[in-house]
Amino acid sequence: MPCIEARGLRKAFGTTVALDGLDLRVEEGRILGLIGPNGAGKTTALNAILGLIPYDGQLRVLGRDPWVERERLMRDVSFIADVAVLPRWIRVSQAIEYVAGVHPRFDRTKAEAFLARTTIKSSSKVRELSKGMVAQLHLALVMAIDARLLVLDEPTLGLDILYRKQFYDSLLNDYYDRSRTIIVTTHQVEEIQHVITDLMFIDRGRIVFACNMEDFELRYVELTVKPDRLADARALKPIYERQVLGRSILLFDRADRQQLAALGELRTPGIADLFVAVISNQGGASHPANVQGSYEGVTR
Amino acid sequence: MTTPSNAVNGAFEPPRPAPAAALQPTRPFYWSVRRELFEYRSIYLAPLAISGVILLGFVFVLVRLPRTLQRAMAMEPMAQRHSLTQPFDFAAGLIMAAAFIISIFYALDSLYGERRDRSILFWKSLPVSDLTTVLAKASIPLLVLPVIAFAATFVVETIMLLFSSAVVAGSGFSVAEFWNRLELYRTMWGLAYHLVTVHMLWYAPLYCWLFLISAWSRRTPFLWAVLPPFAVVIFEKIAFHTAYFSNFLIYRFSGGREAMGSANGNVLDPEMHMTPGPFLTDPGLWLGLVFAAVFLFLAARLRRQRSPL
Repeated sequence: MPCIEARGLRKAFGTTVALDGLDLRVEEGRILGLIGPNGAGKTTALNAILGLIPYDGQLRVLGRDPWVERERLMRDVSFIADVAVLPRWIRVSQAIEYVAGVHPRFDRTKAEAFLARTTIKSSSKVRELSKGMVAQLHLALVMAIDARLLVLDEPTLGLDILYRKQFYDSLLNDYYDRSRTIIVTTHQVEEIQHVITDLMFIDRGRIVFACNMEDFELRYVELTVKPDRLADARALKPIYERQVLGRSILLFDRADRQQLAALGELRTPGIADLFVAVISNQGGASHPANVQGSYEGVTR
Repeated sequence: MTTPSNAVNGAFEPPRPAPAAALQPTRPFYWSVRRELFEYRSIYLAPLAISGVILLGFVFVLVRLPRTLQRAMAMEPMAQRHSLTQPFDFAAGLIMAAAFIISIFYALDSLYGERRDRSILFWKSLPVSDLTTVLAKASIPLLVLPVIAFAATFVVETIMLLFSSAVVAGSGFSVAEFWNRLELYRTMWGLAYHLVTVHMLWYAPLYCWLFLISAWSRRTPFLWAVLPPFAVVIFEKIAFHTAYFSNFLIYRFSGGREAMGSANGNVLDPEMHMTPGPFLTDPGLWLGLVFAAVFLFLAARLRRQRSPL
């Protein structure tokens, strides 16, 4: 059973279409990075998955319909919506007590052990904590829940670089065990490049690109081309070209690396570079044929 | 408080669930009520503060008590009792009024506030249904506050009774006679009856209406709760020159038949106005409770659909 399966997911707010027939399949045990420009439908898709909004189309999360069974589903799913949702009036100890009270799979000792490694005092109120500490507290609560799916929507928004690094380190070292599934959206894509196992791009309410990270490294290569070989490189049909400090950098999909190596320096592209390439190649067309193909390849 | 199931779970079997805890359907409700008390501390602090003020004021009553007793001797029994119970009734009324005001503000804010501060996303990330949450919130004005009001009154009046007894004994009157005249158990009984009939049952649709508005409105829930009924009153007055709706509102607000009909205006005098038969057969009571249930159900539906503000 896949962890999440969506077919033709649609959601409109008034005349704005947020999800336009989104298809998505996430297997258990994956860490999926869901990347998209602002207003692409990331949060709407996550909200649908979490049972926070009604939708049209088919959606199954851990075999359940999230809109109908949110309460039941939340025993197996946890999420961090963004850093600011912990109520400001609550004390750290009260938050732990409450989650321990309502959640059958919350391990209180685990949460307390995690907090003991921070400077957060259990008598503090959330309003007295810094933004980074609130994120740590929320992560402590969530990591102590034995969930099968964890959804993180911009979990590190507004945090400084130290907290962001710590956040993903704790997630990988203390939480992820290859049986849990994690979905994370963020604009700081470079930070999750080595965290995620799967990558999807969402634009205008659809998944426009999907790939697992092994394939990503095999398929895509970036060539910083020698100025005199530019024409040769272009002849090999790069999917995107950009200029950095007067030099041309070409992005190739499934190209012959030996052939390219003769033309300049090779490196694995960043997610952000591929993202820009995919989104700009999309242009007005919402449905490029090659994207559909790569998407099928990834779901396996 | 670590529950046994959690403690065992944490210590011995790391990942998998604790089915025992999952099977208790009352736990989410209980903890949802606890959470309301975490957030709205005025639910118990305000009655506590009012009790303190009452006891402080009662010091002055105590100083005058010998003179009051002297004067009461000359009165007929009814007036005598009235003059003696007055501070006690006043204390009970004050605590009750405080509970009512807290209830109104609480009901208006609770479902609106969690959307305003976006914490609803945190609450919804936990396995607690919208109906459980709404019922837990409804239990605050319908159950928790009346119980707190009764308990606070009981404690305050017991303290008042002990101090007055000391003063009574000190000024040479009979304490037994004083207790006899006071008949405090009647006040407490009248208070309990009043809280159940008026505050829990008769006001239920009122609180539930406020919960509904609180779940529905995007801003200024107070105005949305108050202005539409007010508009209906004005419209009726202008269009038909009648006042059925405003009379209905006044009747509902004033507490219905169980809050009226006392000859001396004392709602806590049980003999004067306890009429459980007519009260329970009043269609207005049952219709009100039906509306209360519908309002709560709609509030739960709205909470499910509404996103943070």
